[in-house]
Amino acid sequence: MILIHHFLAETARRYPDKPALICDGEVCTFRQLDQDSDHLACELRRAGVVRGERVAVFMENSSELVVSIFGILKAGGIFVVINPTTKARKLANIFNDCGVRALIAHRAVAPVVQSVAPQVPSVKTVLWTSPGQRDAAPGRLLEEVLAAPPHAEPAAPGLIDEDVGAIIYTSGSTGAPKGVMLTHRNVTNTAWSISTYLENDSNDVVMCVLPLSFSYGLFQVITGARVGFTVVLERSFAYPYQALQRMAEYRVTGLPGVPTTFATLLGMASFNGAALPSLRYLTNAGANIPPAHLRRLREAFPAAKIFSMYGLTECTRVSYLDPARLDDKIGSVGKAMPNCEAYVVDEEGRRVGPDVVGELAVRGANVMRGYWGNADETRRRLRDGDTPGERVLYTGDLFRMDKDGFLYFVGRKDDVFKCKGEKVSPAEVERVLCELPGVAEAAVIGVDDPIDGKAVKAFVVLRDGVALLEPQIRRHCRANLDPYMVPKFIEICQGLPKTDSGKIHKNALASENASQW
Amino acid sequence: MDVQRQIRTYIVENFLFGDAGDLDEARSLSGAGVVDSTGVMELAMFVEEAFNIKVNDEDFIPDNFDSIQKIAAFVERKLAARDGGSAGMPPGGEA
Repeated sequence: MILIHHFLAETARRYPDKPALICDGEVCTFRQLDQDSDHLACELRRAGVVRGERVAVFMENSSELVVSIFGILKAGGIFVVINPTTKARKLANIFNDCGVRALIAHRAVAPVVQSVAPQVPSVKTVLWTSPGQRDAAPGRLLEEVLAAPPHAEPAAPGLIDEDVGAIIYTSGSTGAPKGVMLTHRNVTNTAWSISTYLENDSNDVVMCVLPLSFSYGLFQVITGARVGFTVVLERSFAYPYQALQRMAEYRVTGLPGVPTTFATLLGMASFNGAALPSLRYLTNAGANIPPAHLRRLREAFPAAKIFSMYGLTECTRVSYLDPARLDDKIGSVGKAMPNCEAYVVDEEGRRVGPDVVGELAVRGANVMRGYWGNADETRRRLRDGDTPGERVLYTGDLFRMDKDGFLYFVGRKDDVFKCKGEKVSPAEVERVLCELPGVAEAAVIGVDDPIDGKAVKAFVVLRDGVALLEPQIRRHCRANLDPYMVPKFIEICQGLPKTDSGKIHKNALASENASQW
Repeated sequence: MDVQRQIRTYIVENFLFGDAGDLDEARSLSGAGVVDSTGVMELAMFVEEAFNIKVNDEDFIPDNFDSIQKIAAFVERKLAARDGGSAGMPPGGEA
C-alpha cells in the first residue's frame, strides 16, 4: 500500500539534501519538507483533527502550501486547496459543502476569512502563515508550529489507500462548485502514470506557474515528491519575463502550461527559446492548444518534446499525444495514459466507431471516488461500465477517435468553457450579474480569444429606467467572482434571443451581434 | 494629479471597489491579495495608456509593478527617459 505522503518520506530518505522546492529563490529540501510536514501533522492531531476530516489551505503557491498538503495527509486528514483569489461567498460555500474542520491560511487573505467566519461553524482551528504581518490576524502561526523542537513523527492515522486524500473543487454547469474526491490510490496511481509517460527522473527541474488549487499544478508537486525532482514553484505566471529568467537560472527541464501560458510566451518580443537549452519537455493541458501555437513552440524549442494532453479534475489526466506523432496527429490529445482506458460512447453508452462524435468515457484507477456530498451529480458522471459493478467516468466532453485510436476534443456537452485553462460556468457568472439590482437578465458565452482561448462575454439587459455602466458591472463581478470569470467583454442590450421554450438562445448570441434584440 | 496618486486612484477604483481601507503604498499588491496575474497585466496596460509610455517585456517584473510606490517610481523613470530622449525636440513636436 502506498499513500500520497509516503512519496515524500521515501524521497526524503533517498535525497535528503536535494531541493524539493525553490520558491522566490528560497530552497526547501526534501528533508525540510518532510520534517516540517511532520510538525504540522502533530499540531493538527493535537488540535483534534482525526482521520478523514477536511483541512483547507487558502494561500498562494508557496513552500508553506506544500508543507500544509503533506502535513494534513500525515495527520490523516483530507486536504482542500483553495485558490487565494476565491471570494467570500464561494469560500463559505466550499467550507460548508465539505465541512472544513481546520484552516491554514495566509494573513493576506485574513479579511475574507474573517468575513465568512460567522457562517462556517465547522471551522474550529485556524493556523496563519506569514510572520511579517503579525497585526493582520490574531492566532497561532504555522511558523511557530514548525519552529517548535523536537522533531517527532506523527502517529500513523490508520489510513488505507482507499481513503480520500484530496478534495478539489471544480465549476459545474449549474454554477455550484463540486468537490472532486480523490483517494490516495487515485493520486498515487496518477502520479506514477504521468511521471512514467513524461519519463521524469530525479534530474528533472520542473517550473510550476499553475496554482496548486488546480490538479494540473498540484500534480507537479506530487510527482516531484514521487520521483525526487525539484519544483521551481512560482506564485503565478503574472510576470513571464521573470519566470523565463528563473527557468534559465535553475536550468528548468520541464514546463507545464495551459494554452494561455504558451500564447503569452510566444507573444513576448524578447522570447528566445535558445536561452533555455536545458528544457527537455513542455506539456499543455487545461484546454485545447491551437495547432499553430504547437508548431511555433516546436520551432522555438527544437530540442524539447511537446506533450499535448487532456484531463479533467474528476480523473486528473486522461491522455497525452506521443511527441513523435505531433506532425501526423496534430490537434489530437493522443491516447490514454498508462493504466487508463478512454473511449467514445453514444447517448446510450455504447462504444462508437472511428471518427464518430460522442461523449468520452474514462475508466481506470485515476477516476475519482465521486463528488463530496453530492450523490446526484456523482450518479450523473459515474455510470455503469461494461462489466458489472464497474464505474466509468462520463466526462461531459465530446470527442472523436480516429481509426488509429487517437483522440480529438470536439466540444462540451454543456455550455461550460475554458478561459485561461480554467472552467467557466456561465450560470455562475450570470447569477452574479443578476444580483446587481439594475440587471433584468444576463447571458454569458465564451468568445474566441488569441490568448485566453475563450474570453468571457456577458450580454446584460437592464431594468427599465436604470442607467448602469460597464465599469460598474465589471467592478461588481470583480468583487464576487474568481478573476478568470470576470467578463472581458460586456454588452448592454435591449433584450436576449429566446428559444421557443423561453430559454436564452446562446448559439444565436454566439453567432450574431446581440444589439439587434 | 501626481503619478503616484493617479495610480493609487486607479487601483482603488478598479481593484478595491472604491474602498481604499488601509492600502499601504509600499505593500506588495499581489501579497496583499489586491491584484492577481490578470490584474497586473491590466495595471501595465493602464500605465501605458495613462502616461503614454511603453512597458517592455523586461520592464514587466515585480520590482516595477508590485506596489504603488514601485509602479510610480517606474513610471517616473520611464517619463524621465522619454523626455530626456526627446531633448532638442520642439515642445509638442512630432517624434
